[in-house]
Amino acid sequence: MSSVDSLSASAAVVVDGVSMAFNPGRSNQVDALVDIDVSIHRGDFVSLIGPSGCGKSTLLRLIANLIEPTAGTVLVNGKSAAQSRLDQDYGMAFQQSGLFEWRTVRKNIELPLELKGWEKAKRRKRADEMLDLVQLADFGSHLPWQLSGGMQQRVAIARALASHPPLLLMDEPFGALDEMTREHMQAELLRICAAAETTVVFVTHSIPEAVYLSNRVVVMSPRPGRITEIVDVDLGSERDDDTREDDLFYKKITEVREALRGAESRVAGDGGEPGRGRGVEDR
Amino acid sequence: MRFLRSVWNVLVPPLIVGVLFVGTWEIIVRVFDIQPFLLPAPSSIWSTLGDNWTKVWDAMVVTGANAFVGLLFGVICGVALSFVLMRFNVVNELVTPLAVALNAIPIIVLVPVFNNMFASTTEIPRRLMVTLIVSFIVLLNVAKGLRQVSAIHMELLQSYAASKSEILRKARIPNATSYLFTALKIAAPVAVITAFVSEYFGGSQNGLGYGITSNAAVSRTAASWGYVVGACLLGLAFYLAAVVLERLASPTARPAPRSTSSPRSINPNTTNQQVRGIDPGGATA
Repeated sequence: MSSVDSLSASAAVVVDGVSMAFNPGRSNQVDALVDIDVSIHRGDFVSLIGPSGCGKSTLLRLIANLIEPTAGTVLVNGKSAAQSRLDQDYGMAFQQSGLFEWRTVRKNIELPLELKGWEKAKRRKRADEMLDLVQLADFGSHLPWQLSGGMQQRVAIARALASHPPLLLMDEPFGALDEMTREHMQAELLRICAAAETTVVFVTHSIPEAVYLSNRVVVMSPRPGRITEIVDVDLGSERDDDTREDDLFYKKITEVREALRGAESRVAGDGGEPGRGRGVEDR
Repeated sequence: MRFLRSVWNVLVPPLIVGVLFVGTWEIIVRVFDIQPFLLPAPSSIWSTLGDNWTKVWDAMVVTGANAFVGLLFGVICGVALSFVLMRFNVVNELVTPLAVALNAIPIIVLVPVFNNMFASTTEIPRRLMVTLIVSFIVLLNVAKGLRQVSAIHMELLQSYAASKSEILRKARIPNATSYLFTALKIAAPVAVITAFVSEYFGGSQNGLGYGITSNAAVSRTAASWGYVVGACLLGLAFYLAAVVLERLASPTARPAPRSTSSPRSINPNTTNQQVRGIDPGGATA
């Protein structure tokens, strides 16, 4: 278990004693997250992994301040999550690229900048830089539907990073891609984030993906969502296709899998009625 | 070249069906010697239409003008109302079921009432009728477009700390635009039909509908059919105008999916959706 490091300047995200219940106080109350403590250092790449329903996407949305926690506090860059959202301190990408289909690729990337009030020339310049970064320089005037899935997702990442936010929040961004495109995109993401020194919180349910990308893998268990283990991974900053055949890569995959299995057996150990007992109050 | 071929592909099948249909009609009328006051042959309709063309054209202008004015005001009212509905939830809950219900009944029967309310020798009652019907079509569609912004777009805009008016400008209005054109494509022919049928309920004696009834009443069936042809042309013209307008407004919009395989089938949402989920660890085996 991680302890919340004191609110040091190096913490990009601090989640302190956060619980999230949907429909609180009603008979259909769902405890999505219970007592989450985690802190993420600047420049870290942290993956949240766990089976469906473990609250990993909910945790990401709490950090993004798209929802408010029932209890506890979330700090992003030393500010409240709400303030960070208003300051547009982070970029976000989802499983669907969520491009605005009536806007060209370049205009999609410019959207967050428009909302920040940037003037046109500056927006355009930055959009072109981002297009270069994701290697889509020739596609600025295309419409989203004219691009392949991997290309659309690259545009979404370019958009998320357009204002050079210190933090990138990603919710299974490569979940809808085929395995080859996916591995390529993972390498691209590492390259891009290293170049921009971005902190990343990355939700996935692919173990190899989490291990390949992350410094730390946060393993979560469902009903109610909680953190069961944090696995430190250090495959070095120079990761390439050979890394995927590295012994350390396999070792870390095994470690994460066992952590996940441990989380599952704890659920199964409850005897057919998962989510009850285990010293956690459901209501 | 490619464009011409695609136009050719679209036009030829219906043309063949049309020629077959008219040919069969002609043959049946001749073979069974059907009386012209019952069903005139296409050839005699064509020659009567040639003789009457100026009259039919004048009637098309009258009915067309009614349909156009009604369509224009209907679109304006419909769009304006849909913004009100989007802004005020209470109004939405009050009006939407009413609009749906009104849309389901043939409110065209209100024309005689309008004829009484306004001078029946003016075109106002008919135009009002068209306005009313078009408003509902536009209202229901555009209101839907304004409201149903995809969840992911809303979350993104929220993450950009977008204000309500920014969400309106960046997401709701562009989203509603395609709904508006869909509504327009439905409403344009309906406007012609409404303007046309309204003439059956009295009022000025100058439009296509009047041309049909007056000629049919004195058994000049072929002349009646000439006005039917005029009505078809008018409806088609309105529909095509709506399609052209849509093209002009969004020239690069995604083409509507067609059953024939298209080279543009690289969209991930349709092809790669199944490749996801927990990796059982094939890579590690």
